[in-house]
Formats: sequence, C-alpha cells, structure tokens
Amino acid sequence: MPSLIHARGLIKRFGDFTAVDGIDVDVRRGEAFGFLGPNGAGKSSTMRMIGCVSPPTGGVLEILGLDPVRDGPRIRAKLGVCPQLDNLDIELTVRENLTTYARFFGIPRKVARRRADELLDFVQLAERAGSKVEPLSGGMKRRLTIARALVNEPEIVLLDEPTTGLDPQARHLVWERLFRLKQQGVTLVLTTHYMDEAEQLCDRLVVMDGGRIVATGSPRELITRYSTREVVELRFNAESQQPYADKLDGVGERVEVLPDRVLLYVHDGDEATAEVHRRSLSPASVLVRRSSLEDVFLHLTGRTLVD
Amino acid sequence: MVTFVLPRLVSFEGMGRRSASVTERNLATLRSAYWIVMVSGFLEPVLYLFSIGIGVGGLVGDIALPGGEVVGYAEFVAPAMLAASAMTGALSETTFNFFGKMKFMRLYEGILATPVRPIEIALGELAWAMVRGVLYSAAFLVIMVLLDLTTWPRALAMFPATILVGFAFGGLGMAVSTLIRSWQDFDLIAAGQFALFLFSGTFVPLTAYPEALRWLVEITPLYRSVHLIRGLSTGTTGWAQLIDVAYLLILLAAGLAVAGRRMTRLLCK
Ligand SMILES: Nc1ncnc2c1ncn2[C@@H]1O[C@H](COP(=O)(O)OP(=O)(O)OP(=O)(O)O)[C@@H](O)[C@H]1O
Ligand SMILES: [Mg+2]
Repeated sequence: MPSLIHARGLIKRFGDFTAVDGIDVDVRRGEAFGFLGPNGAGKSSTMRMIGCVSPPTGGVLEILGLDPVRDGPRIRAKLGVCPQLDNLDIELTVRENLTTYARFFGIPRKVARRRADELLDFVQLAERAGSKVEPLSGGMKRRLTIARALVNEPEIVLLDEPTTGLDPQARHLVWERLFRLKQQGVTLVLTTHYMDEAEQLCDRLVVMDGGRIVATGSPRELITRYSTREVVELRFNAESQQPYADKLDGVGERVEVLPDRVLLYVHDGDEATAEVHRRSLSPASVLVRRSSLEDVFLHLTGRTLVD
Repeated sequence: MVTFVLPRLVSFEGMGRRSASVTERNLATLRSAYWIVMVSGFLEPVLYLFSIGIGVGGLVGDIALPGGEVVGYAEFVAPAMLAASAMTGALSETTFNFFGKMKFMRLYEGILATPVRPIEIALGELAWAMVRGVLYSAAFLVIMVLLDLTTWPRALAMFPATILVGFAFGGLGMAVSTLIRSWQDFDLIAAGQFALFLFSGTFVPLTAYPEALRWLVEITPLYRSVHLIRGLSTGTTGWAQLIDVAYLLILLAAGLAVAGRRMTRLLCK
C-alpha cells in the first residue's frame, strides 16, 4: 500500500541554519505516527512542511500522492492541523470558530453548523459554545483547536504537541479522543515531548535530534532495541553520583549517570538491586521500573528530554 | 504549452469561493460596536463638505474647470471628498486592521492551513474593505444629490468609480502593510495619507500649484481618483478619465500582486 506521507531526504533550511536535515519518513493509512524529540529537533518544521505551509528546501515530499508545493490547496483540503501554538480566532465565539473555519473548506453552512455542534460535544465544550475564545482555559483552547482540525473530516490529522501545557485530566481526555479518531480510521501524525504520550498513542515513531532521525520503530521495538527490560534508578546522597556509578560497573548492561541519579539498565531489576547491596553500596532511594522511550532517547542522544 | 502550464501555476478554480469565505469571516465578527466606527468614518467627509465646501466656499466663490466650465466651490469640492472618503475607508481596513490580523492575531496562519491561499486572503480582505467603502460612498452620493451638487444619473456613474478608487487604494494599502515592520510605521502612512488629502487637487484646481510641481500632483493616486470622479460629477468627462481608470486598475493589480507575494514570504516560511 502506498504511504500517505512519503519523504526522502527531506530538508528544511532557514538561511544557513538547517532545521531538518534529510529525513526519510513513510506514514501509512490508519496509523498513528509520532515525531519525538527535544526542543529544536525539527519536529514543527517537519509538520509545517507536511501541512503544506512551508515549502521544503530539498528532498522529496509527497502527501496523499500529491506535491505539496503545486497541489497545496488540494492536499490541505484533506488535512486537519492542530499547530503547536493555538491560533484560534479571538474575534469569534467558540462555535463560530468552527463554523467559519468550515467555510474555508467550502463546507455548506448547514453542514458546518451541524458539524460544529457534533465536534463541540466530542471535545466537551458544548456548554461554552457561545463564549468568546479569550476566557477559555488553556486546555479548553487546545480542545477547540483539535475540534477545528476535524471540521473538514480530514484523512490525516497533524497534531503538533497536542497536550503540552495541559493538566493530567485534560491530557487523558485528549488522548481518549485521539484514540477514538484512530479507531475511526483517521491517520494521526503527532509530535510530542512526552514519552508516555508516544507510548500511549503511536503505532510507530521516529526519534529526532538536531534535524535528523536517530531511530525509527514501534515504541516496543525501540525499547527492545535500545534499552533493557527494566531500569533501576538509584539516588545517592552525595554531590556527585559519578563515584558510585564507577562501582556499579558490570551490574547491568549499561549505566547512565544523571546529575541527581544513576540509571542501571538491567534485565531483572530485583536481582540487580540485590547485587548493588552486595557491593555494600547504600543508595538513599531505589526504584525499579520498566524501560520507557525516555530511556531510548537517553541512550540514543546521551541527553534527557526536558520540557 | 502556455495553456498547459498556466492553469497549473495560477489556479483560479475555487478562488472566488475561497476569497469569499475570508470576507464571510469578517462579516461574522461584526458586532454592535462596529457601527460606531462606521458612523465616524461616514461623518468625516460630510463634515469636510459642510465646513469647507459650503462654509469656505461662500468666501471663495466659483471655480473654473480645465474645460472652461464654471462651477460652485461646493460642487468642486464634493467629488474630491467622495474620492478621499473612498480612499480613507479602504486604507483604514487594509492597513491598520490587516496588519494587526497578520502580525498579532496570527489569524492568517490558521486560515492558511486550509485550502485558502495567501492571494485569496488578500482578495477576501480587500472585498471586505470595500463593503464599508461602498456604504460610505452610497450615502455620500445621496447627500450630494440632495444638496443639488450633482444629478442622479451622474451619481449613478460615480458610484462604480468610487468602488474602483476604493479597490485601488485597498490594494495599495495591503501591499504597504505587508512591507512595513511595526506600528510606528503607521504614523508615516497617516502622514502620507494626509498629504495626499491636502495636495491632490482636492481643495484647489491643479493650476493653483506651481507649474514645476504639477506633474508630481498628477501622478498621485488620489489626484487621479479626484480627477475621475470630478469629471463624472460635473459632466466633463473625456479621454483623460480613461487614463485615470487605467491608472487605478494597474494600482489595484500591482498592489494585490505585491501583497500576495509578500504574504507568502511572511507566512509560508
Ligand atoms: N521561521 C524560522 N526561522 C528561523 N529558524 C527557525 C524557524 N523555524 C524554526 N527555526 C529553527 O529551526 C529549529 C527547529 O525548530 P522546530 O520548531 O522545528 O523544533 P521543534 O522540534 O518543533 O522544537 P520544540 O519542541 O521546541 O517545538 C530551531 O532551532 C528553530 O530555531
Ligand atoms: Mg515544535
């Protein structure tokens, strides 16, 4: 099956600065695809190229089999876009934001009104329909932006950090809605800093760093390939964790030293903990957990993902 | 070759509809407070007409047109006020408001994620600016006829001419808005606009300017607008008015082309 989004050696430069440095991406119909990476990795730049609002500097990019530069309007007709920063229409009400936006897609007024009401229900904003946008909370604005992205019943929905800045409750609501969309067969492309988000939502993802893709796969694949089954987090009461790390050599497959803790990558956390105590080390705290994408990222880039 | 390539480069399909959807968005923002803006915009030229056209006109007496016809001063000034109000209406919407939407509301970023293209936003905004201008012009024309400063048939001919004037200045305003960087630059625009208002053959005939400077007056867009509308108002039209029409059409096309290009550069990085 041909991919909905197909990129080969895709490049985006701003002047001398290369924000996206030759990436290859294929997104298949119906999947949820994630771009994961720290600040400045080039996620938004990539999303804007896919959204046909930023012309690629080089490489190949095809969306729905069309060329984004030549067929921009035709492609955008089938995309739903939730940008990193909300750009709702502050002069309109919540409901008008949806009905007016629908008109940009040439959707008849009657259909637009019906869809607006359905979507307001979908994102649980029906009771704020007549309110202006300004007084809404951040989470409400985000949900409205997501609703707006769905007004044209898109084939692909692009979500740039859909849940950044939301409280846990609002995040879970958004995740649940996105999951429902996916079940309806909508293709989702999203960026995130949150590992748990990527693990929850994405079938496949790429890890980006400095404009390049450093790994591709399903969350599970990436964890198996770049991490171990379990991780032991040790905190020592000391200025530096490094001396302790040296004494942990050989306990697991790998040791990572962070400013405030040491991470042991191991197959069996409990056994490793026992070994730590056998070496007469007494950490202030011990936490055994399953490996996550955070660990993959740390392994690949040597840095933690900070928001 | 041309027929094959051209439609691909500039697709007109759906252009009108998409531009109209941008105008429609502006209509949806209309709230009761907007009527205050509307009324003040309408009153300005009317007040000038009464104070200068009729007030000062009582002291000045009659004025001879280039063709030799003699008209009262109010008859002379009224079409100029009409042209100036078409200019003001179009510029206020396409400079201050348009710039704000583009730079600070980030409104167009949202719109550009839909099939609407930059040039269509420009067209839609221009059409919106004209809605206001058309209402001002129509009301002013009615006043002119009621004051016996022109006749109904001439007023009907002036009406489309004012729309053309509005479009041309709207195009110019948009092009300028996409070129300026900050709000401070609006002071310059306002100064330029006021200079045009004073020195475009609005209050005195062209012959009153020093001979060496006449060409400068004659190439300004407001002079061409006043010339066109005054010709129609006083029934003294000739070939020269065709030059005005061509000038204004070119201004409109150039303004739109620049605005569309610059918007693409600014918003589709
Ligand atoms: N319009 C622009 N002009 C110049 N540089 C830009 C522009 N847009 C992005 N960049 C640069 O490109 C790089 C990648 O930016 P991008 O927004 O794609 O990163 P990101 O992965 O989305 O980061 P974040 O997680 O902070 O949103 C950054 O260094 C940024 O400064
Ligand atoms: Mg970003």
